[in-house]
Amino acid sequence: MKNILPRFLLAAVLAYPAIAATADEALQSCRSCHALEKPDYENAASKAAIDIKAPPLFYAGNKFRREWLVEWLQKPVRIRPAGYIPENHTITKGDKDIINKQSLTTHPRLNEEEAGIAADALLAMTPYNEKIDAVDYQPGNIAWRMGQMNFGKFNNCIGCHQDEPGYGGLSGPELYTAWDRLQPAFIASFIDDPTAWNPRTAMPASDLQPAAIQKLADYLKVIAEE
Amino acid sequence: MKFVFSMIFLTVLSVPLMAEGDADNGRQLYRHYCTQCHGLEGDGGGINVKDMAVMPRDHTDKAEMSARTDADLFKAIKHGGKSINKSMLMPQWGNNLTDQQINDLVAYLRQLCCSQ
Repeated sequence: MKNILPRFLLAAVLAYPAIAATADEALQSCRSCHALEKPDYENAASKAAIDIKAPPLFYAGNKFRREWLVEWLQKPVRIRPAGYIPENHTITKGDKDIINKQSLTTHPRLNEEEAGIAADALLAMTPYNEKIDAVDYQPGNIAWRMGQMNFGKFNNCIGCHQDEPGYGGLSGPELYTAWDRLQPAFIASFIDDPTAWNPRTAMPASDLQPAAIQKLADYLKVIAEE
Repeated sequence: MKFVFSMIFLTVLSVPLMAEGDADNGRQLYRHYCTQCHGLEGDGGGINVKDMAVMPRDHTDKAEMSARTDADLFKAIKHGGKSINKSMLMPQWGNNLTDQQINDLVAYLRQLCCSQ
């Protein structure tokens, strides 16, 4: 025991920087496509929107669920049918546009340990706690048909998002997995004002009433639980 | 006198509508905010239209676009299609874009529909 304890402590001390370095490395590789610090939106020209390759992650800790993130980083699948900036992955064929699938890139796959380290490093970034704290949303249920009407006919979310595989618009992220991916308060806050999170977002800020936001967020819960 | 004041008031209010748009900036904005539905070529054939009940406006249709004033186009972009009694599938962009950016888009729309 006498000999083991100091060795164990030494090993622990030596291991700590290695883990920290791995977290740094994990974020370093994220950085090549994602914004890990808030971009200078105010001074950027409108062109800046098309220069970003992937969703900003500087508020990842206010956005994602850990469980989903750890799993997804190990088995990344496409969430946005046309990529993060759809116009960069669209071509015109005949009289209509189609997604240029060859231009879409795949996300690196991490092992379990790397995924955990990367997820923790990302989830530590919470610059928008005050936005989350300001949310007055308690997850509830909504009748599927009513939710679908709110998502489609009343608010036209369906124009850009799919609420079931294969049905709906392709420029926005699929939303039948949103509840599994995202923190409920983030969903409510982003629907309320997407530009407060990302001034360059292509999602319109629609001045919805709290009751309408409640219905839409609840619908995302209902379709995820189906 | 009241009339004169009203006219001055209305003139001040309409300044954003009358501002000169920058079509080049409008083209960049159009690519990012509009092409998903209206198409890369502006003809209404964007990647989102597959399941839409009403097709997006073809912005290359000279006759159709000539029937709309700049003020109509500005209003439709800023407040959504419903504001000019058109489809509510067209969302409002007034919280995403400044009045100047909307004017830039209007200038680009004029180029798109009618410059050739």
